[in-house]
Amino acid sequence: MIEVKNLTKRYGDKLAVNNISFKVEKGEILGFLGPNGAGKSTTMNMLTGYISSTSGQILINGADILDEPRKAKSNIGYLPEIPPLYVDMTVDGYLNFVYDLKKCKLPRKAHLKDVCDLCKISHVRTRLIKNLSKGYRQRVGLAQALINNPPVLILDEPTVGLDPSQIIEIRTLIKKLGKRHTVILSSHILPEIQAVCDRIIIINKGVVAADGTADEIASNITNEHKMTLRIEGPTHTISDKNAIVDAIRALDGIKYVRADMEREKGIYDFDVETDGKTDVRRAINALCKEKGWNILMLQLSDLTLEDIFLKITMGEQAAVSDSSKSKERPKINFVVADTDSTDASEEDAAEGEDSAEEGGDQ
Amino acid sequence: MGAIYRREMGAFFTSGLAYVFLAVFYAFSGYYFYNTVLLSGYTDTSPLFKNMFRIVLFLIPILTMRLLSEEKKNRTDQGLLTAPVGLWEIVLGKYFAALTIYIVAESIVFIYAFILGYLGTVVWATLLGNYFAMLLLGTAFIAVGVFISSLTENQMTAAVFSMAVLWFIYLFDSFSEKITWEWLNKITSELSFYTRYIEFTRGVFNLTSVLFYLSTAFLFNFFTVRVLEKRRWS
Repeated sequence: MIEVKNLTKRYGDKLAVNNISFKVEKGEILGFLGPNGAGKSTTMNMLTGYISSTSGQILINGADILDEPRKAKSNIGYLPEIPPLYVDMTVDGYLNFVYDLKKCKLPRKAHLKDVCDLCKISHVRTRLIKNLSKGYRQRVGLAQALINNPPVLILDEPTVGLDPSQIIEIRTLIKKLGKRHTVILSSHILPEIQAVCDRIIIINKGVVAADGTADEIASNITNEHKMTLRIEGPTHTISDKNAIVDAIRALDGIKYVRADMEREKGIYDFDVETDGKTDVRRAINALCKEKGWNILMLQLSDLTLEDIFLKITMGEQAAVSDSSKSKERPKINFVVADTDSTDASEEDAAEGEDSAEEGGDQ
Repeated sequence: MGAIYRREMGAFFTSGLAYVFLAVFYAFSGYYFYNTVLLSGYTDTSPLFKNMFRIVLFLIPILTMRLLSEEKKNRTDQGLLTAPVGLWEIVLGKYFAALTIYIVAESIVFIYAFILGYLGTVVWATLLGNYFAMLLLGTAFIAVGVFISSLTENQMTAAVFSMAVLWFIYLFDSFSEKITWEWLNKITSELSFYTRYIEFTRGVFNLTSVLFYLSTAFLFNFFTVRVLEKRRWS
């Protein structure tokens, strides 16, 4: 459906997008993930023909965006970062304009009604766009992208500035659209991408840093295997905690152990990372039996998308600080627990990144 | 092109710009009609058209200032440029919308002709010739205005810059008179918008002048398309 080959965009000396290639199949929901300024919007603007590429090729449904722009563009519905709304028009007036602009052949009244119903803007159709809230403007922006039923939808940060319930609504809508359309969606909000997309491309500094499903990326990027243990020692004191850490660290195949929060009085959680080859669960069990400790919980936790994202985007620094100060793990683990649920709001994600950075600096 | 034309026409009226333009145009043309035609006791409308040249210089930039600058500022150009329409359609849609308002304004002269019809015999040949000359002037000047609007994101900059350029075009005549090199003088006098316009008001229909105005219109619309095209490549 969409094929991108060696796409490059240069602004003067600055290489905004560097040799990106990927393919998107029909009916796939692809997520573009990357920190601000990574080249997400630039790539999307090139995909939609708003700006040209310095080199490389983009095929939309077989049509080259530069050679056959009309054919390629008629296959795309685009919602830019800032929806292209004429604020002094009514919603109805604007959507009729877009209908004409796209030379839509579908029956006008029925099609516009369908689109409005889908985006839940039917009750504001007679209002001026400038009087609408941000959330409604975003939906009108989405509605204009859907007009003429294009097979490809390109949505640049569709949930920015929306409140949590609106975010969930838009996500549900995108998932629904994904059944009939090919969707490319960009975001810097991890739970969003994880919740909506079949496949993820992580872009960092203009290059594709990872491509695949969340699980595939996780297994490719890292061979780390983590688990969380909750063990009850005999005396319920700090000395228990230290003894447990030392004992587990002595086992084969353990990369590092760190005591985490005190969950109940004198009972601690332990983060354990193994080399991935040895299954240490039985060894730990045997150890606890021998020492007379009680295992209250054992949970395997693979890397979350957030871990991967930080690993990729913060690059070598994060990796170096990991290996050199392996006992001082970034505080990312707390964050993971907080933002694991897909409904976490944007602020949570942002805070998560902040605290992770602080952790890394310690 | 139709969609952009219709939206632009709507925007002219919802923004009130069309009303301001028409009102000012009617006010000045009414004044000159009264002062130079009615009071003089002749039914010749040429003095009216001669004076309107200077008014049009200031009014056309008002009409064209926001056409492309606002699109860029509000990022609505992203919607246009990613839609399956060509750059020419975008530019011409906007161009013809402005031209339509201009024609509506200019057509007030037929009401003046109606008034004159009561007082004497209207010289239709000169009136239509003048009307046509003013229309040609509009086709060229609006293209210049649209082009300048495409260069900036700020309406005011576009308006002031357009006024300056059009005023320069008007003053160009007095420059070219001062040029002593005969060959250069010949070229610059050929490029005079004002002389060609005045020729029409004297009742001379010159086909090269028609071509001159139309090719100016084409050239500047072409430049506008190039500006939009270039923006994609920068």
